[in-house]
Amino acid sequence: MAQTFKFDLVSPERLLVSQDVESVVIPGTEGELTVMATHAPTMTSIKPGVVAVTADGKTERYVVFGGFADILPEGCTVLAESAVHVNDINREELQRRIQDAREDVEDAKDHETRLRAEEFLHQLTTLEGAILPA
Amino acid sequence: MASLKELRNRIASVKATQKITKAMQMVAAAKLKRAQEAAEAARPYAERMGAVLANIADAVSGNDAPPLMAGTGKDDTHLLVVCTAERGLCGGFNSQIVKKAREHIRTLQRDGKTVKVLCVGKKGFDALRRDYSDLIVDRVDLREVKKIGFDNAHGIARQVIGMFEKGEFDICTLFYSEFHSVMSQVPTAQQIIPAAVPSEEAGEGSEAVYEYEPDAASILADLIPRNIAVQIFRALLENAAGEMGAKMTAMDSATRNAGEMIDKLSITYNRQRQAQITKELIEIISGAEAL
Repeated sequence: MAQTFKFDLVSPERLLVSQDVESVVIPGTEGELTVMATHAPTMTSIKPGVVAVTADGKTERYVVFGGFADILPEGCTVLAESAVHVNDINREELQRRIQDAREDVEDAKDHETRLRAEEFLHQLTTLEGAILPA
Repeated sequence: MASLKELRNRIASVKATQKITKAMQMVAAAKLKRAQEAAEAARPYAERMGAVLANIADAVSGNDAPPLMAGTGKDDTHLLVVCTAERGLCGGFNSQIVKKAREHIRTLQRDGKTVKVLCVGKKGFDALRRDYSDLIVDRVDLREVKKIGFDNAHGIARQVIGMFEKGEFDICTLFYSEFHSVMSQVPTAQQIIPAAVPSEEAGEGSEAVYEYEPDAASILADLIPRNIAVQIFRALLENAAGEMGAKMTAMDSATRNAGEMIDKLSITYNRQRQAQITKELIEIISGAEAL
């Protein structure tokens, strides 16, 4: 059995997960990373995506929309802007976010904000593709 | 002296009022429980956010601190975000917050600062409009919102940060009511821009040398706006719980007052009825005697 570590997933509205887990896959902005026990201390921002939490051989998946991960050798905390279990995801909510992002792209005035909005939109549509068949 | 009929009507109307206040008290009690739960559920996020922020603020040296944290270096223009309830009938809850904000405005104006006010909630807007209508830059209406979500707070935060980036103010203070217990809510002023960074608690994994992805400064630049949203969210939740607590207390005493009033009116009513009966008896008897 793999070594476990403490993992917390919190959104501003509530604490979703707080338990000992074996591994967690986090969608970092610089690429996905898998956190296991005694990971080097890392702080990363996360993009909209799926956090996969493995505990006791079972994997639970949560959809997060941006936030931060604070990784220490003895534990890991994900501060998500908004997080829901994959099974509870509201398709309309996601559609609404995508719509908002599209409007942001159209409203963007300068190049930089436009780039950022486009990237965010891209992340959202990828996310939609990833969870829709599930 | 009021007639018997008038008294009866009076009693009936006070009874009806009592029923309403009683119902409002019970509704407030139920809502209070939910609001309290929401406030408690939000606590872990705020706490962790504080810890992360303290951690990272150490890593970023003073010079590259983003302006949201370092401030503009001036304190000429102040923005007050006054959070109140959307509804009244909750005792001194709203007026306490407004009073605190008013005092602050007066002190700032005496020192020759420019003051701008952003009202969250109808009641604060109504109260401040009377004296300071020219200072109010905007108001946020949360009347349609049944349950305060992070999105609401985020919207307000975005607006505040937008104003800051345009250089419309230097210092932002948040006014809300801190929920201590059902009986006591303390109006509080909290400065959110420039952000006061919590000092790091000793020995809490603070020696760890972090790797930052991307780099510390850009994470911090992202983290601080979010922290402001969290602070506002917390204020809104505390307010929601406080409002319900105050409403419950106010409605409880209103119900009790109505009960006292009914008792008093009933006594007057009974006395008067008795007096009338006696009077009629005397009339009949003296009429019979005269024959």
